[in-house]
Amino acid sequence: MDPIKFVEEQTLIKPDFPDFRPGDHIAVTYRIIEGDKERSQVFKGDVIQINGSGGTKTFTIRKMSNGVGVERIFPFSSPILSDIKVLKRGKVRRAKLFYLRDLVGKKARIKERRR
Amino acid sequence: MNGLIGKKIGMSSLYDEQGKNIACTVIEMNPNVVTQVKSEDTDGYNSIQLAYGEAKAKNTSNALKGHFEKAGTGPKMKLIEFKDAITDKSLGDTVRVEEVFIEGDLVDATGISKGKGFQGVVKRHGFRGVGDATHGQHNRLRAPGSIGAASYPAKVFKGMRMAGRTGTDRVKIQNLEVLKVFPEKNLLVIKGAVPGHKGSFIIIEK
Repeated sequence: MDPIKFVEEQTLIKPDFPDFRPGDHIAVTYRIIEGDKERSQVFKGDVIQINGSGGTKTFTIRKMSNGVGVERIFPFSSPILSDIKVLKRGKVRRAKLFYLRDLVGKKARIKERRR
Repeated sequence: MNGLIGKKIGMSSLYDEQGKNIACTVIEMNPNVVTQVKSEDTDGYNSIQLAYGEAKAKNTSNALKGHFEKAGTGPKMKLIEFKDAITDKSLGDTVRVEEVFIEGDLVDATGISKGKGFQGVVKRHGFRGVGDATHGQHNRLRAPGSIGAASYPAKVFKGMRMAGRTGTDRVKIQNLEVLKVFPEKNLLVIKGAVPGHKGSFIIIEK
């Protein structure tokens, strides 16, 4: 077995979060450590990309905060992630939703996916 | 024991307790074989010679073959002497990675840096080039500038830093932290980067 894969398997935590795809609206709860205090914060937004694989796999979520677009990138295996909830499944036609950056208001909405 | 020979496998990253992503290097450290023990009485100083990496017998000189035979081992690729090693190991013994390094140790890594070919002074010596990029300047951005005075001394001093072959130097990086030791796979994980390309020999010393 590849030694680097072995090291990653031994050291990185395997996330057991629900499956989500680009276009989904999710809420990420993550821990913030300030000095010796620890608190949780929630970041709600649309998943605009899932990037990489293995230990370096990340996802990017985007939300509008007071009219300003805010994006955050989280690694899947980051220990600061405590919970991910899928709030809405979105219907999109591509894997990277960077076109949302140029859209505002009603045009920036994502259609909901129904099964 | 104060050091071992290993092989650079490649780089990866892992997380610390604060959730910070740390770059790390994975080094393969199969058991090193003791091929010579030098002592105060016989050689005037104390040291231990270790061997690493299987070599083919046809690529090994007869002199070295005899040296390895003495230690009761097959031909090896790399021989390194570690001075002032305090150890009870004798000729032919193997030294495993977990016997020498534990998590949290600070170590020095020595290797041969990657070859960069013929490079200019900006990359090779960290010069800053001459002048501006604009205001009528041209082709001076990565130039070395003056290399000396005029009719006195009428020569360029020896050792003047100029363009040339870069890399493939012996480089030592000091005070790297040992992040993990995996004895079952003979692997050592070190914080940060070590010199050299993948597959090159690395000397790790405490």
